[in-house]
Amino acid sequence: MFLSSLILLPLVVALVLLFINDEKIVRWVSLASAVALFVESLFLLKLFDKSSPDLQLVEYANWLPDYGIAYYLGVDGWSLLLVVLTTLLTPLVIGASWNAIDQKVKGYHIALFVLQSAVLGSFLSLDSILFYLFFELSLVPMYFMIGIWGGENRIYATYKFFIYTMAGSVFMLAAIIYLILQCRVQLGYYSASIMDFYQLSIPFVEGDFFTPQTLLFFAFAGAFAIKVPVFPLHTWLPDAHVQAPTAGSVILAGVMLKMGTYGFVRFVLPLFPEAAAYWGFLFIAVGVIGIIYGALVAMVQVDIKKLVAYSSVSHMGYVILGLFVLNTYGLTGGLYQMLAHGVSTGGLFLLVGMIYERTHTREIAKYGGLATAMPIYAIFFLIITFSSIAVPMTNGFVGEFLVLIGTFSYNKWIASLAVLGVILGAAYMLWMVKKVFFGEKGETVLKHPEMQDLNLREGLVLTPIVVLIFWMGIFPQHFLSYSDASIRHFIENKSNYQLNIYGSEAAVESAETRE
Amino acid sequence: MSNHVLLALLLLSPVIGFLINGLRFRSQNGMLAGTIATVAVATSFAAALMFFFQLVGLPADQRSLRIEYFTWLALGGLDIPVAFVVDQLSILMVLIITGVGSLIHLFSVGYMSHDERPAKYFSYLNLFVFNMLLLVLGANLVLMFVGWEGVGLCSYLLIGFWFTDKAKAAAGMKAFVTNRIGDAGFLLGIFMLFVTFGSIDFAQIISALPETAETTWTTSMCLACLFLFVGAAGKSAQIPLYVWLPDAMAGPTPVSALIHAATMVTAGVYMIIRLNPLFLLAPNAMTVVAAVGAATALFAATMGIAQNDIKKVLAYSTVSQLGFMFLAVGVGAFGAGFFHLMTHAFFKALMFLGSGSVIHAMHEEQDMRKMGGLKKYLPITHWTFVCGWLAIIGAPFFSGFFSKDEILWMAFHSPQGSPMLWLVAVVAAICTAFYMTRLMAMTFWGGSRVPKETHPHEAPLTMTIPLIVLAVLSVFAGWLGVPHGLSTFLPGHPSNILEHWLEPVIRPIPGLQHGSIGLEMTLMVVTVLLASISAFIAFYMYALKPNIPVTLANKLRPLHNLVANKYYIDEFYQLAFIQPLIQFSRALWTKADIGFIDRSTYKLTDFIKSAGEGLRSLQTGQLQSYTLMIVVGVVATLLLLMV
Repeated sequence: MFLSSLILLPLVVALVLLFINDEKIVRWVSLASAVALFVESLFLLKLFDKSSPDLQLVEYANWLPDYGIAYYLGVDGWSLLLVVLTTLLTPLVIGASWNAIDQKVKGYHIALFVLQSAVLGSFLSLDSILFYLFFELSLVPMYFMIGIWGGENRIYATYKFFIYTMAGSVFMLAAIIYLILQCRVQLGYYSASIMDFYQLSIPFVEGDFFTPQTLLFFAFAGAFAIKVPVFPLHTWLPDAHVQAPTAGSVILAGVMLKMGTYGFVRFVLPLFPEAAAYWGFLFIAVGVIGIIYGALVAMVQVDIKKLVAYSSVSHMGYVILGLFVLNTYGLTGGLYQMLAHGVSTGGLFLLVGMIYERTHTREIAKYGGLATAMPIYAIFFLIITFSSIAVPMTNGFVGEFLVLIGTFSYNKWIASLAVLGVILGAAYMLWMVKKVFFGEKGETVLKHPEMQDLNLREGLVLTPIVVLIFWMGIFPQHFLSYSDASIRHFIENKSNYQLNIYGSEAAVESAETRE
Repeated sequence: MSNHVLLALLLLSPVIGFLINGLRFRSQNGMLAGTIATVAVATSFAAALMFFFQLVGLPADQRSLRIEYFTWLALGGLDIPVAFVVDQLSILMVLIITGVGSLIHLFSVGYMSHDERPAKYFSYLNLFVFNMLLLVLGANLVLMFVGWEGVGLCSYLLIGFWFTDKAKAAAGMKAFVTNRIGDAGFLLGIFMLFVTFGSIDFAQIISALPETAETTWTTSMCLACLFLFVGAAGKSAQIPLYVWLPDAMAGPTPVSALIHAATMVTAGVYMIIRLNPLFLLAPNAMTVVAAVGAATALFAATMGIAQNDIKKVLAYSTVSQLGFMFLAVGVGAFGAGFFHLMTHAFFKALMFLGSGSVIHAMHEEQDMRKMGGLKKYLPITHWTFVCGWLAIIGAPFFSGFFSKDEILWMAFHSPQGSPMLWLVAVVAAICTAFYMTRLMAMTFWGGSRVPKETHPHEAPLTMTIPLIVLAVLSVFAGWLGVPHGLSTFLPGHPSNILEHWLEPVIRPIPGLQHGSIGLEMTLMVVTVLLASISAFIAFYMYALKPNIPVTLANKLRPLHNLVANKYYIDEFYQLAFIQPLIQFSRALWTKADIGFIDRSTYKLTDFIKSAGEGLRSLQTGQLQSYTLMIVVGVVATLLLLMV
């Protein structure tokens, strides 16, 4: 029941919030519950057996047995830390929106908890239909967050975001239905379970597009590619980020984009290994293009938030590249980059939100001299910037280094291109830092002489981010040890991937053969 | 005390200093901050000395201590422990870093006494020392890279220390981004070695090296060396990536002494020496290193001639001297390269600190045209500066003389060298003598051009003591490495102590013949003579007849402009790379992102919308049209079935 409680308790909190009318109490109850949920998720790390690649803490209940659809949950090395990242970010964004959100406070917090539930649901589902439901459900609270608490052009951004991602998922739903029917053909029963999908043999014909595995591969990959987003399907992201309230941006960049990359490792790579290897070059290409393209476009942005949004495109390019070179370093680097990006880009959006609250502008050219006015803020911003540009001893370096070494093992010329991101990343971030923080005080800073440096609340929100940046950078082994077994299992069984349930006979058997 | 604890002390004491000063960064108490920071580095120095004597006590082949703490990352075949190697090479670097570093920290106490944020300054300086120690002590390439980027970061922070000045902040950014180009190369070099040898550990790579050298360009070892050299060229300011170093003079002067002269910028040379067995197996890459080094040595020296900012002269001089070091390692004379690295650390740190003392005395004035005759106001600064000057121009028996002479000789004599390389280096040495004498004459000698309202005064003791210590080192350090040819002429036959000490970590150049002592001496005498003449001309022009340079500059206006404007290289980079890149990015954003990708999605939605509208017109609500459609449908179906 542990995993269910992680998914359902946020909904319970959302329900409770419905009956509270005092805004102050809403905030405190939300914060306390979010912290409690985070603490609960930490027990997950305790309960989890790192040495096993199997699905753990599995829960199963029939739902629509006629079609093999079930309420089926489990966690393994791929999803574990993403779950904890999700539960970590929620209390932080509640803290960050303490003053920024003063309209419809109750609804806002309810949306946040529904969102948390949906995101956790998609990371923990082992049933494809259940996954699809959570995957789509997450759009709804985000739709409201941008649409109600967003910026001036929020309605446009909301539609774009919603329709873009919806459009991708439709093909995925068709593909899921096809697989359910295939289960009936090949296994003799309907099943929406991912574990059963792994058993299917799906014919692959090289070079022929209209064959089952290739079509299914693109149906799934397309849906996830939009979510990530992969170049050239990224144009919804900058608009959504710029219009979203701080919390929306943080959750969007921090965990919702990872639902896409997670989809690749849960569905695309293990289900369609031949297609993934054959068509992988396309994703390697868009990964590398994304790295460079995102960085170049970030370099000429006028709005800080848009710059950070395009930097996400660049960073997620590394993740895609790492996943599709299909070796240990690339996959581990990709997963680590997901976590690191969640922490540091989440942190950057929090910071941008804090300064926006004070000045109500994000125009880079109008800043300048902010480091003189807000030295503590500047220190936090610089630390998170260094993490974002992957300076060693921060979390960003580990992911980028592993992705690049994985890419180099795959092909050294592709790695030589991807490494340009290392240079361009430093260029656009430090250019922005120079314009915003250094030099004489600029127009915006002069206009707000009353501007205060970070207060205690904001410092408390940012501290966990900074701690994680260094912890993940200096002791990456503490984190990698959770995913190690799962990644090794994937590499060893690339062409015939199966997952066992922890403690089941099959798992015990395969553990014996592993030894 | 176990070596684990001792090394932890050595590494972490600057970190503790960084944390203490960093957490009280608003403090204006420069004395306290400076004391904390200086004690932190001095502690490291003491620990380094303990290691040094421990090594001295060991037999020569066992002078390598490997100390491992924890696993940073272990994944598949990639094993990256946090492990350090204290050996003949790294301990000397550590002694230079912490020794010269302590002196520069001490100097900073006086120099930064009027600054608003001394605690912040000293915390950055300590952080730099820590990263520099990681760089030189790391037992593997990744740890070296961690320190490598770390020192770049501190350099960025310190160049832009007075960030309210836009130009200074820009200089910091330029340094970081230019260095990142090098770092990208370094990373590729690490990957190449990992893929080839399955390890990133120095010792493991070296023991896995094949017997025979690679004579091609695109095979693994040569490529790895070239990639690594891109990294070295970035950090050590070689052509074409040297442009950041002159701008880096925007930082406080002690920073220029520590980071941009004595330690960080030599990291590239150190890296190549560390991997010398690998480089010896890639002779083509060595040729590139030597050629770039020689070219940089000459090119930067000519730029030094026409600079009027005292720190800029020293900056170009540093670029040029680093070129000499790369020339040395490029021809396989790793010992000579390290020797020059060491002597240069002393005399260049001395001269940067000396220039700091001058700038301090002149109330932040750096233009030598407003100086002159400072000898009488700043006697200690002047006389210590004289020691540095004699060392760098290679006056006989000063430290630079020994180290530069050995480089020139090896450039000529080594099988990797050539008379051409030697000639370029000699011309560079002649230029060096010229611009350094010019600097001395314009600053300290001749008539005074000091504005009336400025009253130069000698610096306090905290600043002069480091100068005196460094002056002594600049004068005598050369005796650690008396070249073989020379020692036969000197009473008591002093041996090359340094080379002997480094022998176990440095492989000999394959195919090196025993050189003729007569030829070596002749070349040395020729060089010394030419340099002296050049120095004398500079002295005559700038100290005795200061109107000659003016008329000369007027007569040779185009040439003078070209050199004074640093050959317009910065402008060229701006026009050829940076502007086009920005314009391209802007086009990507407006044309590709907004104009094409985004617009196509609108086109798609428009299409779907109009398709929907088209279909909607079928749904008229009129029974007649529905009936018509049904009839048409039925007829069509029947026809199809019948055919």
